[in-house]
Amino acid sequence: MANEVSTGSTRFLDYAPAPESTSILHLQKSYGLFIDGAFVKGHGKSFQTISPSTEQTIAEIANANAKDVDTAVAAARRAYDRTWSRLSGADRGKYLFRIARLVQERARELAVAESLDNGKPIKESRDVDVPLVAAWFFYYAGWADKLDYAGLGPNPRALGVAAQVIPWNFPLLMLAWKVAPALAAGNTVVIKPAETTPLSALIFAEILQQAELPDGVVNIITGAGDTGEALVNHPDVNKVAFTGSTAVGRAIAKSVAGTGKKVTLELGGKAANIVFDDAPIDQAVEGIVNGIFFNQGHVCCAGSRLLVQESIHDDVVDRLKTRLSTLRLGDPLDKNTDIGAINSREQLERIRELSDIGEKEGADRWTAPCVIPDKGFWFAPTIFDNVSTSSTIAREEVFGPVLSVLTFRTPAEAIAKANNTPYGLSAGIWSDKGSKILAVADQLRAGVIWANTFNRFDPASPFGGYKESGYGREGGRHGLAAYLESAGWSQPAIGAKK
Amino acid sequence: MTRLAVPKTYKLYIGGKFPRSESGRTYEVLSKKGVFLANASLASRKDARDAVVAARAAVAGWSGATGYNRGQVLYRIAELLEGRRDQFVEELVSSEGITKAAATKQVDTAIDAWVWYAGWADKYVQVAGNGNPVSGPYFNLSTPEATGVVAIIAPQGGDSLLGLVAVIAPAILTGNTVVVVASEASPLAAISLSEVLATSDVPGGVVNILTGSPKEIAPWLAGHADVNAIDLAGAENLDWVDLQVIAADTLKRVLAPVAGAPAPSLERIVALTETKTVWHTKSLI
Repeated sequence: MANEVSTGSTRFLDYAPAPESTSILHLQKSYGLFIDGAFVKGHGKSFQTISPSTEQTIAEIANANAKDVDTAVAAARRAYDRTWSRLSGADRGKYLFRIARLVQERARELAVAESLDNGKPIKESRDVDVPLVAAWFFYYAGWADKLDYAGLGPNPRALGVAAQVIPWNFPLLMLAWKVAPALAAGNTVVIKPAETTPLSALIFAEILQQAELPDGVVNIITGAGDTGEALVNHPDVNKVAFTGSTAVGRAIAKSVAGTGKKVTLELGGKAANIVFDDAPIDQAVEGIVNGIFFNQGHVCCAGSRLLVQESIHDDVVDRLKTRLSTLRLGDPLDKNTDIGAINSREQLERIRELSDIGEKEGADRWTAPCVIPDKGFWFAPTIFDNVSTSSTIAREEVFGPVLSVLTFRTPAEAIAKANNTPYGLSAGIWSDKGSKILAVADQLRAGVIWANTFNRFDPASPFGGYKESGYGREGGRHGLAAYLESAGWSQPAIGAKK
Repeated sequence: MTRLAVPKTYKLYIGGKFPRSESGRTYEVLSKKGVFLANASLASRKDARDAVVAARAAVAGWSGATGYNRGQVLYRIAELLEGRRDQFVEELVSSEGITKAAATKQVDTAIDAWVWYAGWADKYVQVAGNGNPVSGPYFNLSTPEATGVVAIIAPQGGDSLLGLVAVIAPAILTGNTVVVVASEASPLAAISLSEVLATSDVPGGVVNILTGSPKEIAPWLAGHADVNAIDLAGAENLDWVDLQVIAADTLKRVLAPVAGAPAPSLERIVALTETKTVWHTKSLI
C-alpha cells in the first residue's frame, strides 16, 4: 500500500521510475592513455569497464604497462622542466580556475558518467561528488600565487613530478583532491584512476584539453595494481600520493623507504560514531544513516562502528531499522535512489564474507527489506547488533553498507572503545552538550571528527588519519603543504656569541 | 694529600628511575685518548620495551597538560642545566676530547635550545593550525597535537649533549613522550642530562634514555606497534632504509637521518604532531 510504512517487501512510498538520461554522455567505444596532452595506445592488455548495476560494458580501456608509465613520467618531467615550473603562480591559478569552470559546465555529464561507472546514486554524484570537484579546483586555484603564505616560509618549492594512485569509491573527487593541490603548488602529475572506475577521469582528460592545459602537466594512465606499482616506484617521481587500502599503503611505505620521495597516504578506517543519551536523536539517526550508508558504505571514513549509550540503545536501533526500511535500493541513475550498486563483484564478495563472519561470531544480523535487482552487484543495508569489540566486523574495514552496533555506559568507556583500533581516520560525536563534545573530541585519536554531523567534506578542511590510517593531510593549507618543500626559515640565533 | 674521587655509576633512565640494564650488560666508555671513564649500561631489547611501556603510560598526563605548563617545565630544564654548566663542560671535555671553549659553547647552545623550544609549547598550535572557512553552517578547526610515543636515535657524532637536546626538545614540547637511544660512543652526557630531567618537573616516563648499541636496539623500536613515530636523526651509519621498511609495517611517521645535531626548527616540532580537524554544526537561528 502506498503512503504507509509497510512491513513486507513493498516500499514506504511508491515512486514512478525517474532515471537521469544518459543521452548527455558522448562516450567513446574505447579510450587510450592520456599522455602529453593526447590519447595514445596502451601497451598492456586492455580491459573493459562495466556498469556495476547492469554488468554491461561501458567502454574498452587501455592498460598502461611499465613502458607506458615511463613515457607518462617522462612527459610529466618534461612539462615540469620546460613549462609548468616556469609559469607564474598567477597563470597556474588561471588554468585551475578554467578547469573548475569547465567541471561546473559539464557537471551533469560527469555525474551521469560517475553513477554509470561506479554505481553510486545520481543524487550523490550530482549533489556531492561533482560540486566538490569544482570546489576543490576553485579553492586551490587561488592558492597558486600565494604559496608564501602556506606556512612553509618564503619561496617554498614544488617537489617535481607527483605519482598519484586513487580508489574507486569517489573516482573524480579523489582525482580532484590529488590533482588540484599538486598543480597549484607547481608540480606536474601522473595519475592512475582505479581499474573499475576510469570513466570520469577520461572525460576529465577532455576537460584538460578544453582548458588548454599545457601538454604533459597532467597525465592520466589507466590500469590495475601493477600499473600503480610501476608508477609509485618509478625513480623519476618526487612525490607519491595514494588513497586506498592500508595493505597497499603499507607496501608503498616500504617500497619508497630511503628514496626521499615525499608521501601522503590516505588509508583505511573503522570510525566510531558515538551517540550519547543527550543527543538530538532524530538528527543522530539521520547522521548514523548518512555515516555508513552514504555511497553504499564505500567510504574510508564511514561511521562503521555505532557506539550508542546503553540507555538509548533500543530506541536508536528501532528508529534506525524504521529509517532503513524507507531507503530505496536500485538503479543508480534514478533520482529517487538512496542506495546504489556495490562497485564490483569482488567487493560484493568481500562484504558478504565479512558479514557471514559477523554472524558466525555471534552478532545479531538485521537486513533492510528491499528488492534486489536481478542483474548487477547489490547488498541491502545491514545492521549487526550486540557486536563485541573483538569481533571481526568491529575491527576490519568492511567498506560496504554494514553497521556494527556496540554500547557503552560512560564517556570514558566510549573513548576507550572508539580508540581501540589500529585505524584513526575519523569519528563522530552526537550530544547536545557542547562541553562534553569538546572534551571527547580532545581524547579521540582520529584526524577528522564530526560533531552532530557526519561525512562532511570541504576543500578548505584538512582530511587525513592518525596511526594506520596513513599520514599527511589533504585539503586546506595542510593539503597544499603536502606538495611543497620549505626553502628554509631564517635560523634562530642560539648559543654563545663568538 | 689528594682526595680520592667518588665516581658516578651511569645507568639507564626509564620511567623516571635509574635502573641498570635488565640484561646485566655494560660496556666500557673511553675518552678520546682511550682512558677508561665508566661502565655504561648496554641496554637490551627488553629495556627498550620497558621504556616504551613507561613512555606510553606518560602520554596521557603529559599531552593533557597545558602548553603553558609544558613550556615552564622545559624552561626549568634550561635553568637547571645552567646551574650545572661546569659539570657538563668537564664531562664533554673528557668524553669528546674537545677544548673547554668548544664544550662551553655546546652546553650554552643546548641551554638556549631548551629556552627556544620552551617558548613554542603554547604557540605552535596557533602557527600550525587554523580555522577553516568551509562552505556551510559549520564551525571547523584544525589543530596539531602530539602523535604519541616517539622513538629517537640521537645523533652519534660529536655534540653528544647538544645532539640529544636537539632531538628531545622538539618532540616533547607538544606532549609526545620519547624513548631515546643516546650516542653510543659518548653516552655520559645523556645520563647526566637525565639527572637534570629527573629534577626539573619532567614527569617520569616522558623522557626515557637508553645507552648501548643503536644497531641492536633500533630495529625493535622501529617495529614496536606501540611506537607512533621514529626519528632516525642519528641513524646515518645504520641500515636506516631497513629501519624505515620495518617502521612501514605499522605506518610509523619517520624522520630521516641528518648530519650532526639538527638545527632548531618549527618543522621538527610539527613533523611529530597529528592534525585533528573538528567540525561542529551551527544551528540556523
